[in-house]
Amino acid sequence: MTETPNDAPGRVDVRELSIELGAGADRFRAVERVSFAIPAGQFVCLLGPSGCGKSTLLGAVAGHLPAATGGAWLDDEKIFGPAPERGLVFQQHTLFPWKRVVDNVAFGLKMKGVGRAERRARARELLELVGLAGFEDKYPVQLSGGMQQRVEIARVLINRPRVLLMDEPFAALDAQTRWVMQQLLLDVWSRVKTTVVFVTHDIDEAIFLADRILVMSHRPGRIREDLAIPAGRPRGQEWLTSDEFLRLKRRCMALMRDEHERAFGARGEPAALAGAFI
Amino acid sequence: MSAVRSDRSDRSDSAPSAAATAGGARRRARAVARLPLQLLSLAICLLLWQWASSRQLHLGFVTFANVPPPAEVLDAARALLDSPKLWPHLSSSLARVGFGFGAAAVLGVALGLAIGRSTWARLTLLPPLEVLRPIPAVAWIPLAILMFPSSEGSMVFITFVGALFPILLNTIHGAEAVDARLVAAARSLGTRGLRLFSEVIAPGAAPSIVTGLSIGMGTCWFCLVTAEMIAGQYGIGYYTWESYTVQAYPNIVVGMLLIGVLGMGSSVAVRRFGALLTPWYQIKGGRHD
Ligand SMILES: Nc1ncnc2c1ncn2[C@@H]1O[C@H](COP(=O)(O)OP(=O)(O)O)[C@@H](O)[C@H]1O
Ligand SMILES: [Mg+2]
Repeated sequence: MTETPNDAPGRVDVRELSIELGAGADRFRAVERVSFAIPAGQFVCLLGPSGCGKSTLLGAVAGHLPAATGGAWLDDEKIFGPAPERGLVFQQHTLFPWKRVVDNVAFGLKMKGVGRAERRARARELLELVGLAGFEDKYPVQLSGGMQQRVEIARVLINRPRVLLMDEPFAALDAQTRWVMQQLLLDVWSRVKTTVVFVTHDIDEAIFLADRILVMSHRPGRIREDLAIPAGRPRGQEWLTSDEFLRLKRRCMALMRDEHERAFGARGEPAALAGAFI
Repeated sequence: MSAVRSDRSDRSDSAPSAAATAGGARRRARAVARLPLQLLSLAICLLLWQWASSRQLHLGFVTFANVPPPAEVLDAARALLDSPKLWPHLSSSLARVGFGFGAAAVLGVALGLAIGRSTWARLTLLPPLEVLRPIPAVAWIPLAILMFPSSEGSMVFITFVGALFPILLNTIHGAEAVDARLVAAARSLGTRGLRLFSEVIAPGAAPSIVTGLSIGMGTCWFCLVTAEMIAGQYGIGYYTWESYTVQAYPNIVVGMLLIGVLGMGSSVAVRRFGALLTPWYQIKGGRHD
């Protein structure tokens, strides 16, 4: 097996990308002429209110949705169709229920034709990396939501992807577990150093995780703001309570509130709206 | 609310299996407690049968004059067990079901997976099947006798038709219901072409397929027995019908009971086999029945 080195390139270029959804008369532009570039190894969060086109944009970079205009490139190769070099993690329930944990993780190697013993050994290593040693022989239904997301991450990492595409991977978890998973993700990422595009509608999550936040606007989906997050790493709880964090949070809340008002009118009371985003 | 739920599942990693074991023990205890009443009910039915047949009860619209009493049936069963004809009867029926069901399983699952996942396959393959579907398998018997030079062939064909549609329809349903995100995840992990079927669609549809196989096995026996009564030479259905024509009435009931036992036995075998194939489904609490 030829292994891509861990510090493999992973530059993502999105140029003039539009994506259309729906059929016939209901067809509409969910994403409109979006352009951005992500240098290799950067952790980018796509932040925006529900329904603004985050999943659609990520789906196009994953190769599951065709471009109406423009396109997406990974290291100057135009993206056509899904591929294991672009690992995709969903919100929940996309592990194969009929495979044991170890075989879920080893699945990517099976598709590459790696022998059973070798791929299981690699899967065990990755399960250890995400803190799930000892759960190899369980079925996904026997795991909690947080554990299932760990398995998802391990399953994608086994392909040594150049970019990790995550679509609200922790949104279905309770607050405590989500916090644990965010730290775990940063810990794992500090070792594998792939490019990460992480979709979320949770402002705190975006600011805690990202090097950079792309705030998306609603209908049609566009990049509204490109925010750098200047904090160092590793990041811990102090970062969450720092002045800089709060300043960024106020900025994001203002942007999101604008978007909300643009989408639904300014009827909602500001206090209630701000509360909804905390 | 969601915090409470996942908090609990976080802690109870081994709880599902422990709960299942405790539940199993409780179920067993309850089953034993209920056994006497169930046995009593069976005994009363046997007594009623004995009484009605020995008195040659005649109710006008139905008569028990020619119904053999249980004791005679028992003797006939013993005689059949010792008879050299038992094995030819049994083996012909089992072989017909084996071939008919086997062919229906292979074709039904293959067609069902294709039709369930591909619009092209659905448009080209489904219309003729939809036309044939409402026709009961036993209605095929005359035409099947004309179509197949050997009566063996026609009987296998009837069992095949009987089993095909439940298997086909359940497989189509199962294949359609495979979560699109599972397919997307598999494709992102490098799954291409036919491997998508073997790795994702087929296992995802497996619980439905097992249901279809189990129903198909039941209809298979039903159709076989009817076909054997008309076209057969050996076979349990033939034995039952022959017993009527030669007026060996106790043998009729032996044949009926044997058909019941074989039909139920093979359905249970299919379900057991299905459970072995879908262990994850058993943990989830899904049951094949
Ligand atoms: N397959 C689809 N067909 C039609 N409309 C869709 C489809 N998928 C999503 N949409 C719509 O497109 C918009 C963007 O969806 P999505 O990218 O899922 O948003 P987000 O992930 O930001 O919540 C939403 O308004 C959604 O209702
Ligand atoms: Mg989404």
